[in-house]
Formats: sequence, structure tokens, C-alpha cells
Amino acid sequence: MTDVLELANVESSYGPVQALRGVTLSVHEGRIVTVLGANGAGKSTILKTISGIIDPGKGQVKLRGEEIQGRSPDWIVRAGIGHVPEGREVFPLLSVEDNLRMGAYTRNDADGVAKDLDAVYAYFPILRERAKQEAGQLSGGQQQMLAISRALLSRPAVMLMDEPSLGLSPKLTKEIFEIIVRINRERGTTILLVEQNAHMALKIAETGYVLEVGRIVMTDTCERLAQKEDIREFYLGIKAAGVRGQRRWKKKKQWR
Amino acid sequence: MRGRGILGGGGLVNQFLQLLLAGVAQGCVYALVALGFVLIYKATETVNFAQGDLMMLGAFFALTGSTTLGLPYWLTIVFALAVMAVFGMLAERLVLRPVLGYPAFTVVMVTIGMGYILRGVVTMIPGWGTDTYTFATPFADAVIRLGAVVLAVQQLAVIGMTAALCLALYLFFRYAKLGVAMQATSQNQLAAYYMGIPVRRVNMLIWGLSAAVATFAGILLAPVTFVHSNMGFIGLKAFPAAVVGGFGSVPGSIVGGLIIGVVESLAGYYLPEGFKDVAAYVVVLIVLMVRPSGIFGETARKKV
Repeated sequence: MTDVLELANVESSYGPVQALRGVTLSVHEGRIVTVLGANGAGKSTILKTISGIIDPGKGQVKLRGEEIQGRSPDWIVRAGIGHVPEGREVFPLLSVEDNLRMGAYTRNDADGVAKDLDAVYAYFPILRERAKQEAGQLSGGQQQMLAISRALLSRPAVMLMDEPSLGLSPKLTKEIFEIIVRINRERGTTILLVEQNAHMALKIAETGYVLEVGRIVMTDTCERLAQKEDIREFYLGIKAAGVRGQRRWKKKKQWR
Repeated sequence: MRGRGILGGGGLVNQFLQLLLAGVAQGCVYALVALGFVLIYKATETVNFAQGDLMMLGAFFALTGSTTLGLPYWLTIVFALAVMAVFGMLAERLVLRPVLGYPAFTVVMVTIGMGYILRGVVTMIPGWGTDTYTFATPFADAVIRLGAVVLAVQQLAVIGMTAALCLALYLFFRYAKLGVAMQATSQNQLAAYYMGIPVRRVNMLIWGLSAAVATFAGILLAPVTFVHSNMGFIGLKAFPAAVVGGFGSVPGSIVGGLIIGVVESLAGYYLPEGFKDVAAYVVVLIVLMVRPSGIFGETARKKV
């Protein structure tokens, strides 16, 4: 089993605010790996750092052993990393089809693009129906489908997904997650999934990392993570919160 | 009072048509300069106050092409567009990109400064200087007579060439991969980065395109106002055109330019002396009162 993507001691910051305080994680080829964490833990920052939107102050990001930190975002897309951004970020005034074509911007093989276009229309038939419509007019769920499809069109080896369930109904969330699993199985696309919906994420991923205030505090197989009492309490909400309603993870346990 | 000279007989209708034609032709020039404003604004959220001066510089390159190099009219256009496209890209790379990320005020001051410098530098270049030059075109003083109506070929050519350029730009933005990528970048820059669109290079190309469009406007304007270092002040009329159309709308800039041109032409003839120069601003005030976001304003829709 090889690691297609590795982060070693990555530290990233927004101006003076340090968001990642030394993150180390690895993603096995062909797997689904998830990063769990609360708001502001730095989950999105991890993905933005991998995509080259943020350059890490320290540490390395490696794609198949080659260091890619500090490269331009378009170089990183060409190298095989696709990004489904948080909040979908479609091009609102372009048609659905043009949005998808922009996903394939880095490619020059028209035949391959046409084939992949058919493939994503097969995953999300509604997008074919809406192909000529402006993306801004789609519903939230459809925009999420578009964002996933658009990222797929760059034929990524690794797909970074930032909260695909954000703002979606439970039913739609389930559908989207089923497609994510299919993309992983059928196309062999490695997926790094960042989620607040720990329930769904632990169900479809093999390995999980728990991120708190910019640090990885726990890692295990998702099966075992789902059994841990802390995870059950704080991420799955299975045990009731304390008397004050809001108990903090930190008080509960000292990590390391 | 341009236009009054060629008015022969033919009565009021003929007179009106000629004023209309003159207005549309002048409006085409405003429209193209406004289009340049809008292209850059949409892509980089910067208002380029040097747009008129880019037009002036383009006209001077065209002048050099047709006189010093002795190129025919059509090759002159190609030559000036190519030179100015490169100039626009260099301006973005060397002048604008270093101030990227600074407050909008800083960036605007840089473009104003660039305009002043261009105006100054042009007067120092031998063969250009502070003189006023005529610019020869194949259309010269030819006219077409349709019954009683007399139309100047010069103005028809301006309108036709503007229409052709607009069609070409429409096809480019609608169908070419780079054109769609330019739209995508202006709509959502972050997502453009995620798609692997080289955003900075795209913005540089937009500056090149915008400078080329300004040059085209300069070439169309040159036979009318002649070529001189202050011809860039027409930007002061093109700016209202962009505002009337709804700043940030490409079709809006064209429509806005035509409206300003026609209103100015009619006001210049039918209203007392002096109204011609304020007409553009009166139109802006009225449009902004009725529709604050301009005729084609899409600010609300863009925030999806």
C-alpha cells in the first residue's frame, strides 16, 4: 500500500493567525480518508494548503513522494489534485456545461473530456438536463453535484472534498455520499474528505484523523474511531452533553 | 457642431438621420473605451483610469504604422493592436501586479499615475510630440446617397467595424476556452484557481485585450478628432457610458456608449451651445436615479 499524498509537519497561517500547527497525515492510494474536526479546527486550511492556495510556512506536502508545496495552484491541478471547495463555489453566470468544461481546463484531450463528461452525467443525470442553465440558478444540492463533477473533469488522482454535505438535507447527503463511494470504487480516485457530519464520514472512509485547533489529535481506522467514547460523545453526539450543555473536549482529556 | 457642415437640403428627417448616425458613430468609440474599462473591472475589480490614455497611445502607434512604416490601413490596425496588446500585458505585469492586494485606492492611483506618465512620455517621443496629426483612412470624405439622405461612409465604417469587433469578442467569450476561462475568473476567482486556470496569466491577457480594444477605439476616433497627446480625455465620456450600462456589464458598456453618443449628438444640434458637453453627465444622473445599478446592472445576480 503506497501513500499517494503525504503531509509532514505542515504549518499554515492566515497573516498572524496560525491555522495549522504541524499537521502530519498520509493518504493511501485508492482509499477514502477523512479529517474530522469542529469549526475553525483548520480542516479547510489543510485542503487549501494541499491545493496551493495557501503556501505553508513550514513542512512538506508530497504527491507520490514529490514535494509540491509552494507550487502554483494550476501546476498542482495538472499534477493530479482536484478540489471540491467548501460552499460549492460554482461559476454562477456560466452554464452548467461551461462550468464542467472549466473543470477540464488543464486538459487538451477533447475525446477524453467528452468521455468524462458523459461519465459525470451518468453519476448525476440532473446535470445533463440542466446543462444549458446558468449554474447560479441550480439548487444547493445540484450545485454540490456540479462542484463534484467539475473537479472530476480534471481527472484527479486525489480528490479533496470540503464538506460536501454542507447545507444539504439528510436524504441528499446520503445520495451524495453514495456517489462519492462509487467514484472511489469505480474510478479508483483517492479521496481526502473533510466533514462535520462525522457520522457519514466515518461510515464511508477507511482511515480517520481528528483535528483540533490546528493539530492532529487522534488517528485510527474509522471503524475503531467510531467506537471510541470521545468520538461518540463529541462528534457523533451519542452520549448526552454535560450539565452545562457545552463541555469542551480539552477539559475532558489531555492529548499527548 | 460637427455634422452641421455636411447637412445639405433634405429636410428635417435627413438632418435627424445624419445626427443620429454621427451620434452612433461617436457612441461606438465611447462604447469601445467603456468596454475596456469593464473588461478590466470585471476581471480584477480595478477601474483603470488610464484606459483613455491607452487609446491615445494606440492611436499614436497606428499613426506610426501608417506614416513612418507606410503600412496600408488594415495592416496598420493589426500592427497597432498587436503592439498595444503586448503593452497592456506588460503594464499589468510590471505596474499593476506589484500593487495587487493593496487597497483599491492605491490601485486606482497607480492607474491614474500611469495615465499621466503615458501622456507625458508621448510628448517627448520624436515624431509624436505635442503636435496634432491627421490620420488617413480609405473612407475619407466619401458619402452614400439614399434618395435624399446623405450618409458619411466614414461613420458607417466606424459602426461596421465596431459591430464586427463586438461580434468577434462575443464569439470569443462564448465559445473559446480562454474566453470562457476569462468569464469564470471574473465570476469566481478562487474557484478558477481550484480548476487550474492560471488566474494571473488570465488577468494579464485581459489587460492586453483591453488595451487592444482601446486601440481599436483610438483608430476609429483618429480621423475625427485627429491624433494628439490629449485625445485620451475621451475616457471622461466613456466612463459615464460604462456607468449608464451598469458598470461590469459588457453588453451594457456598448449600449451605454451608444446612448451617450446619440444624446450628445442630438443635444449638440438641437439644444443651445454648451449642452453637448454636459449631456453625457445628465444622462448618467437620470439613469442612476431611475436604475441605480445601471441599465444592465447584475450586481444582485452575481452574488449567488
